Amino acid sequence: MKAAVISFPGSNCDFDMLYALQDFGVDAEIVSAKQNSLAEFDAIFLPGGFSYGDYLRTGAIARFSPIMSAVTQAANAGKLVVGICNGFQILTEAGLLPGQLLGNATTGFICDDIELSITNGQTAFTNSYESDEKIVIPVAHAEGNFFADEDTLNKLEENNQIVFRYVNNPNGSAHDIAGIMNEQGNVFGMMPHPERAVDEVLGNIDGQKFFKSMLSTILAKA
Amino acid sequence: MYLAKIYVTYKPSILDPQGEVIKAALKRMDYAGINQVAQGKYFEVKLEAKDVDTATAEVQSFTDALLINQNTETYRFDLSLVSDEVSI
Repeated sequence: MKAAVISFPGSNCDFDMLYALQDFGVDAEIVSAKQNSLAEFDAIFLPGGFSYGDYLRTGAIARFSPIMSAVTQAANAGKLVVGICNGFQILTEAGLLPGQLLGNATTGFICDDIELSITNGQTAFTNSYESDEKIVIPVAHAEGNFFADEDTLNKLEENNQIVFRYVNNPNGSAHDIAGIMNEQGNVFGMMPHPERAVDEVLGNIDGQKFFKSMLSTILAKA
Repeated sequence: MYLAKIYVTYKPSILDPQGEVIKAALKRMDYAGINQVAQGKYFEVKLEAKDVDTATAEVQSFTDALLINQNTETYRFDLSLVSDEVSI
């Protein structure tokens, strides 16, 4: 499996994601947002950070960077496209995932370990977890309040596109949504940071099964 | 050349935590009559266009595409003809 971690100007979790992928034996490399091809990669990761300084709106400028047409192509080709935190914000701005991440309902930056429930354990991102399993994953964001109109929320529920929910909603997200996928199940975004929870030395390995799930999905396809 | 003054605000149904925090501060400053505060964004864009209709269409196009997120935001704008020398 060959994975690309996209580095936008202002990304700051790109190397965390790279190291996490390498921990699982993935052939991963950093790809600049100035590039315009991702043909050689099986999976694309949009990391956390403050792309383009979060100017205008989170993800709004990054969505028009050169790499994004290649990301859209990869998504349409059925490759795994994963956005964590700022990456999730970019995927919603690009229209690859529905909704938008607004400012937290209680103003301010939230930096905490947060309990999540696995809402759908049958996805490319969660198939190693038990359904209804509870895990703890770090969050670090000021704009994590997932918003979508009622029709969109109903569709997300009906199609089982809600992958993770907050057990105690920290940011005001509609339907306690922490992570969603597209209808096809290959594009995924979440606000919490599983790449920060993969190593014993950091005191939390609840994110390991997220990476194991994606690996088994891609190996099954190969 | 045209000058577009573009005012972006949240749709009425969207929670505006920054507006709420500013309102609470104004109350603490004894502005007792304040009922609502909405925080938005303001843009000034100078553009070349052959006529006012073309300029209007272009402002609408780029505002929809980039300046706002149509999930939650709306906008209005004023357009005026300005000379090249006038600074905004």
